[in-house]
Amino acid sequence: MSLLQVEGLGIEFGGVRAVHDVSFAMKPGEIVSVIGPNGAGKTTLFNMISGVYLPGSGRVKLDGEDVTGMSPHLLARRGLSRTFQNLQIFQQMTVLENAIAGYHLQESGHLLADLLNLPSSRRRAQVAREGAQKLLERVGLGRAGEQEAGNLSYGALKRLEIARALALKPRVLLLDEPAAGCNAVETEEIDHLIAEVAAEGVAILLVEHDMKMVMRISNHIVVLDHGEKIAEGDPATVSRNPDVIAAYLGTQEAADADG
Amino acid sequence: MKLSNKQATLLVLALLIAITPFFFPSSYYYRVGSLIFVNGIAVTGMVILIGYAGQISLGHAGFAGIGAYTCALAPVHLGLHPGLALVLGAVISAAMAWLIGRPILRLKGYYLGVATLGFGILVSMVLANERDITRGPDGIEVPDLGLRGLLKDMGLNLNNSEFWYGFTGLALLLGAWLALNLFNSPTGRALRALHGSEIAARTVGVDVARLKLQAFVISAVYASVSGSLLALQNKFITPDVAGYMHSIEMVTMAVLGGAGSVLGAIFGAGILTMLPQVLTVFAEYEQLMLGLVMMLVMIFMREGLLPSVLRLIRGRGE
Repeated sequence: MSLLQVEGLGIEFGGVRAVHDVSFAMKPGEIVSVIGPNGAGKTTLFNMISGVYLPGSGRVKLDGEDVTGMSPHLLARRGLSRTFQNLQIFQQMTVLENAIAGYHLQESGHLLADLLNLPSSRRRAQVAREGAQKLLERVGLGRAGEQEAGNLSYGALKRLEIARALALKPRVLLLDEPAAGCNAVETEEIDHLIAEVAAEGVAILLVEHDMKMVMRISNHIVVLDHGEKIAEGDPATVSRNPDVIAAYLGTQEAADADG
Repeated sequence: MKLSNKQATLLVLALLIAITPFFFPSSYYYRVGSLIFVNGIAVTGMVILIGYAGQISLGHAGFAGIGAYTCALAPVHLGLHPGLALVLGAVISAAMAWLIGRPILRLKGYYLGVATLGFGILVSMVLANERDITRGPDGIEVPDLGLRGLLKDMGLNLNNSEFWYGFTGLALLLGAWLALNLFNSPTGRALRALHGSEIAARTVGVDVARLKLQAFVISAVYASVSGSLLALQNKFITPDVAGYMHSIEMVTMAVLGGAGSVLGAIFGAGILTMLPQVLTVFAEYEQLMLGLVMMLVMIFMREGLLPSVLRLIRGRGE
């Protein structure tokens, strides 16, 4: 059975169909990429799956359970975690604290224990801190822990978001352009990291503009254009699909005409 | 050994409370000191709400009013000890905060500001108009806490202003300790996370509505205790304690001193409590000067007085 199942998902904004009737499914350990020209509805699709937008139609199922429109914090409990295209970092907190925040569900206990600094509260925080430090090392930020997050470079913040998302020990991980703004070396590191995480059995849904990366690591690709799925399949099949080529070339011509 | 931020803050606070009386020219300053501490308690609650959770309230004096009037009324009508009345006031404030917080904390920014302002005005109106119970705008006397007499029997003889200086000072230390514990705890981290990015906080599993409500309730308890202590100390209270000017004062003290830090906010409470006394040399221009100081601090030190000054000192050191 598939871990994440998206059935006929759609949403309208002010009468405009942003996403229409998109379906696909993911198994544990699979890397599925959503590609398409700018404005194709990739991030909107992500926002519906992760509970940020309430879908107008269709359903999202996690492990067979209908989780359509469920609030993000409840989805987090069920093992769905994500990163953001436009960074959503806790700017006033340190890098380490950002990663610890990812342990919220594991470290949070009773409010009174926290107010009184009881040993149980300290113990939970310590476990989270150690885990967070390991995750920072895994994404190459092991030495940056005490810095204020706002001071990191764009690429480093992208990796920090991944570390934070991994802290939830997710079963499904949604990555929205994880390599955007990263240099070639950083992109390759993220590439390895994604493959590693998938090998541990996490289903990864990826939006990425770096086509080389997408073709290299994806098991399955879903192509969106104007909010609709125009093709899906393994990388080789999709890259030969005439509709996909037309969609990409089409936008290229349009862009040239605009220019 | 390197002190943590929490230890350093508590140490500085304890030393200030213990040492400054040696420099008091007259016993009047004990009274100013305890007023600063009482305001400091309310403002520490505002740090949790504003500085940690990033939410605003322009009506927290309403909770101070509940705390103050519970101390005035519960001993008379329920036969409760004034000390227990303080606790009862805190419980009522927490319950009220929980009830009104649920609907209004869905609002953001200035919508939340106006809604909380409404709550504060409501409380002060009730206190001013329910003359049969509260005796209206002229105020009502508050029974003696009785603790000073108890200490006297035990051989510790303090005059009234000395006692209140020490008692409110200890209460402030306790309040600061709790707030600092919270800062570095899982709950505090979640609060600061939702302050930074609500959407990201939700995706790591933070129940944003619940956490905001917790911060609101905790800060209401701080305001309530502050109101109770003011009432017990003055042995008299008027509905002004719940008035919107008092609410605005709480926010101003916190933001001016530095809403992100407990010590900064208490510093703000100190400055804004003392400044009117100092500025009396400007006679009729006193209010003008006060307004000017506030504007200048906000323009040039947006993080608040204390954090900006500390940053300046650290910058020089490097």
